[in-house]
Amino acid sequence: MDLILMTLATGIMVGGIYALVALGWVLIYKCSGVLNLAMGEMTLIGAYVSLSFYSMGIPFLASLLIMLVIGFILGILVERIFLDRLIGEPVLTVIMVTVGLSFFFKGTLEFIWGTDTRVFSPPVFSIEPIRFGPIIIGSVYLWSFMAAIILLVVFVCFFKYTRWGLAMQATADDEMAALSLGVSARYVYAAAWAIAFMAAGVGGTLLGNINGLNISVAYLGLLVLPVVVLGGLNSVPGAILGGVIIGVLQNFCGAYLDQFFPGGVKEIAPFAFMAVFLLWKPYGIWGWERIERV
Amino acid sequence: MQDDNSILKINNVEVKYHEVILVIKGVSIEVPDGGIVALLGANGAGKSTILKAISGLLKHEDGQVTDGSIQFMGQRIDRMPPEKIAKLGIVQVIEGRRVFEHLTVEQNLKVGAHMRKFGRSIKEGLEMVYHYFPRLYQKRNETAGFISGGEQQMTVVGRALMTSPKLILLDEPSMGLAPLLIHEIFNIITRLNAEEKISILLVEQNAKLALNVAPYAYVLESGRIVMNDSAEKLRENPDIKDFYLGMTDLGGRKSFRDVKHYKRRKRWLT
Repeated sequence: MDLILMTLATGIMVGGIYALVALGWVLIYKCSGVLNLAMGEMTLIGAYVSLSFYSMGIPFLASLLIMLVIGFILGILVERIFLDRLIGEPVLTVIMVTVGLSFFFKGTLEFIWGTDTRVFSPPVFSIEPIRFGPIIIGSVYLWSFMAAIILLVVFVCFFKYTRWGLAMQATADDEMAALSLGVSARYVYAAAWAIAFMAAGVGGTLLGNINGLNISVAYLGLLVLPVVVLGGLNSVPGAILGGVIIGVLQNFCGAYLDQFFPGGVKEIAPFAFMAVFLLWKPYGIWGWERIERV
Repeated sequence: MQDDNSILKINNVEVKYHEVILVIKGVSIEVPDGGIVALLGANGAGKSTILKAISGLLKHEDGQVTDGSIQFMGQRIDRMPPEKIAKLGIVQVIEGRRVFEHLTVEQNLKVGAHMRKFGRSIKEGLEMVYHYFPRLYQKRNETAGFISGGEQQMTVVGRALMTSPKLILLDEPSMGLAPLLIHEIFNIITRLNAEEKISILLVEQNAKLALNVAPYAYVLESGRIVMNDSAEKLRENPDIKDFYLGMTDLGGRKSFRDVKHYKRRKRWLT
């Protein structure tokens, strides 16, 4: 029983991080219709950037902030340089460009930081686990979860109450109408990429704190795909719920199935689940009911 | 109509889609400052395309002004991106009541105020919109996708007002609405024109309605202006009566047999 509760709790907390990354992904998709397959590498870039600053002796929060600034700039650059000229081109072209981007990022990362696993040292979060009655959770998970929740709240408030947030939602709803009101679609796209880069970076940093940092964190970033497909491609609450579901699913598979199929169950399970889920509900949980071929 | 107090001047404009399909074939239109001008025509005549050429939205559909020029207050705008044109004070109300469905009515209006940077001017704008559309005030916290068609049309016009425009391009505000609602909306449009001094270029299929509101009108057919005159004269024109007002010379309804001769009688076409 304790094992179930503990797996559940850990799953929810990791899911919070997935939700954060997925939010960034959904944002790009909603605003500009770009299916971004480079999200995994984007999480990795953010993680490496904050790791580098942290290893220089800068406090963790400060390096996180620096990472946010760099992520913002990188997001705008990527949109300006690579995606701006693809507006109006066929969807497949744009998808292929994001695949290319993912390889480009991966290569650059290996070039700069090498392929060895790196860890945040000294550890940012204490190794002492925290106890809630019978449940024991690593403090990394708890803090990561809280950081993810805070950021999710910040993002949601941004969309609801600020000028640019509203403009982004409007563009997602009806781009033509937004344009007619003087909303600049190009700024909106750039903002979406900037926010996605920042969200992915925070997600990557937190994941890096949990497992250490190497190229395989990019794979965790790619988990956004099952997450967003589950939640419905264009639903923000769907992304959050999908993140939690995938987190929990993954941890249960790790805890219960790993002994029978050692090795990769944890990695495969989300994708297998996604495939089965799609048979049953092709639009995801809260997706707009419109046929999207992915 | 050729005096120099016109706010918008379209000179001999030609529009092509995808660089090959010629949709507008040399159209010239003038809108006087503070006036209402109607643009009439059947389906597919190119009315909406002209509005999109003015507002710049055309570029978004892979269309282009290939010849002629569009001038707004003496400035050429046919090469500008839509957001710049909007900043100059032109706003297009796209046909089909395109509200931002997932936002509330008030959020819709606030998107209209996107170009205003200060909180106070947004508040003033909201007050003005609610003054003209008291019904929107009651619905301000409802999701725009779920309000009635008439309210959506009001939201869309109100949203356009929030940009503090000098010229509104209205595309078929009467489409799919009940007659009473149409009446209400057109009343508000004339009031906006009179009280806020906003010039209006009105595209309509309902010629009767449009000629009541606009003192001057152009008739567009397959991408060409085939007639332009004051509303009174157009109302008396036998062809307009036949094709757009659906009346015979005697003022009675037409029989279907006469309508069938429609094509043959369009003698003004090449």
